[in-house]
Amino acid sequence: MQKRYFLSALMLGVLAAYAGTAVAEEKFKIGLILPMTGPFASTGKQIEAAARLYMAQNGDSVGGKKVELIVKDDTSAPDVTKRIAQEMVVNDKVNVLAGFGLTPLALATAPIATQSKTPMVVMAAATSSITQASPYVVRTSFTLPQAAVAMADWVPNNGIKKVVTLVSDYGPGIDAEKYFKDRLLFNGGQVLETLRVPLRNPDFAPFLQKVRDLKPDALFVFVPSGAGAALMKQFAERGMDKAGIKLIGTGDITDDDILGGMGDVALGVVTSHHYSASHNSPLNKKFVAAFEKANTGLRPNFMAVGGYDGMRVIYEAAKTTKGGSGDALLSAMKGQLFESPRGPMFIDVQTRDVVHNIYIRKVEKVGGQLYNQEFDTLKDVKDPGKTK
Amino acid sequence: MLTLLFDGVAYGMLLFILAVGLCVTMGLMNFINLAHGAFAMLGGYLTVALMQRYGVPFLMCLPLAFLASAVVGALLERTLYRSMYKKPHLDQVLFSIGLAFMAVASADYLMGSQQQIMQLPDWLRGRTELFADTPFVLGMGHYRLFIIAVCAALTLGLQYVLSATRFGSRLRASVDDPRAASGLGINVNVVFAATFAVGSGLAGLGGALGAEVLGLDPTFPLKFMVYFLIVVAVGGTTSITGPLLAALLLGIADVAGKYYIPKLGAFIVYTLMIVILIWRPQGLFVRLGGKS
Repeated sequence: MQKRYFLSALMLGVLAAYAGTAVAEEKFKIGLILPMTGPFASTGKQIEAAARLYMAQNGDSVGGKKVELIVKDDTSAPDVTKRIAQEMVVNDKVNVLAGFGLTPLALATAPIATQSKTPMVVMAAATSSITQASPYVVRTSFTLPQAAVAMADWVPNNGIKKVVTLVSDYGPGIDAEKYFKDRLLFNGGQVLETLRVPLRNPDFAPFLQKVRDLKPDALFVFVPSGAGAALMKQFAERGMDKAGIKLIGTGDITDDDILGGMGDVALGVVTSHHYSASHNSPLNKKFVAAFEKANTGLRPNFMAVGGYDGMRVIYEAAKTTKGGSGDALLSAMKGQLFESPRGPMFIDVQTRDVVHNIYIRKVEKVGGQLYNQEFDTLKDVKDPGKTK
Repeated sequence: MLTLLFDGVAYGMLLFILAVGLCVTMGLMNFINLAHGAFAMLGGYLTVALMQRYGVPFLMCLPLAFLASAVVGALLERTLYRSMYKKPHLDQVLFSIGLAFMAVASADYLMGSQQQIMQLPDWLRGRTELFADTPFVLGMGHYRLFIIAVCAALTLGLQYVLSATRFGSRLRASVDDPRAASGLGINVNVVFAATFAVGSGLAGLGGALGAEVLGLDPTFPLKFMVYFLIVVAVGGTTSITGPLLAALLLGIADVAGKYYIPKLGAFIVYTLMIVILIWRPQGLFVRLGGKS
């Protein structure tokens, strides 16, 4: 008898708990998982600041529900990202997962998005294959092949025929090398040599000397942004610009976040990317000014714009679905076409990947500070990784 | 060709200055200090911070980096390291690798995790080419030239101090037989402390010089620990010339390997180390007669 009382008490308790969650459902929860500490902390910092800025500008309720932003640090370790995502889905019952600073972090979380039917907005990671890892992934950052291919399209029309590539020997580097090389060969250019540098490489001297002796028209580079500064410095020190070799690459090497500290060696470097803080549009000017004001002068970089646009996609989808979740929310994200600080962008319905302009930029001094000045545009670049 | 040799020598010299302190503590004092790179990092960060925030000229920063690292080294020697001298090597390794990790975390906390960028004065930035347009063209970056000059001067100085001064002979005596040395009135503790401090100071100086070429981020102590240990293992730990030649060999092999066979570049150094250690397990140069 007593056992039965206990059971019904338990049932009551469970029911009460259920009612409790039903009340909590009135919130629209965004689970933002970012690397806030460790070597990629700046990614997390930029995205979080951008997300908070978007909320400050657009209010904290959407589709009749109050928006709750839950930010967690995954220290850029994939297993931690996965665990946090699991907790957010099971305990916090988030409507959408977002963030993901690096490819492995996004890939580790993709199965959770699939199993729980939770849309997952990738705001930073840039490997092509991420959107294929789960049908619930939507990307608002960019893909590396987009930038690399755009550069390979631009190069042959601008007097550069022979190129040497130099990339850090890891996933994104090899991606950049492959897409750049294939497209350049297709466009009738020549790749004299493909150099891969160990990721923890202390000194670029021998590689640069090799490049110098090969005498290409340009050196295409993809290295993590910190190493990029060292590379540019040694490039200048070795007098390679004077030997007639141009330095080109994807925009990662002249990241807005650290470009200011690189000094004059970065001047004249030509890169291809989807966002520059100096992008000339009223929307971007407003975005940059608001971002710098809210973050004591920190300049937004492409990570910030990925986060900002990610929030935009989530907000609009929440508006359409009245704060919905799962498949409804996901399908409201697909096909969004809007003006971002980076320029026009579009979430492809088929691939759930971002389609946007890739700009060719050159580092110049504007008002005493270094900026990537856009001077050429390749319109509506789709991720070339998906066309095969 | 000559340019490669030049770059290799500069790189090797830098490694030597960074590692020589470790040779001293490991070879002479028989203490394995894996946190050695942390002192180098301290020197590097100090230089960057002084130059960027307080506009101290580069040349002033170098002695300051040396002094600061030496003082910190001496302090740690007094407070932490001393009690570890008598412990087994495993304890020393665990203790010092722990210190290295703490240094990494502190640097991350204080200075941020990004690569530090240093602006050299203009006169160190250029490049001179000799024998241009011949097969023996020699291109010399001024900064690398500067590194070679500083390191060569330091090496000569060290060699002189160790072999021809009173302090040098005291040090050698303390190492060979601490008991007999203290019996002869040598204050072994002070000698060791001074040696440790100078070794740390040299690492700091190396870090300051190397920040430009090697890059500087919080993982510096761990990233270069392997290189230091190779220099020490290959060079043997009982003299200055051994590690010097080992460092030069390492530098040149690394640079040449990466130039001629870029695909294998990262392996050359390790292959070389294995071959040498199989051939001469004690290192290339061993001083006979000491206690080991």
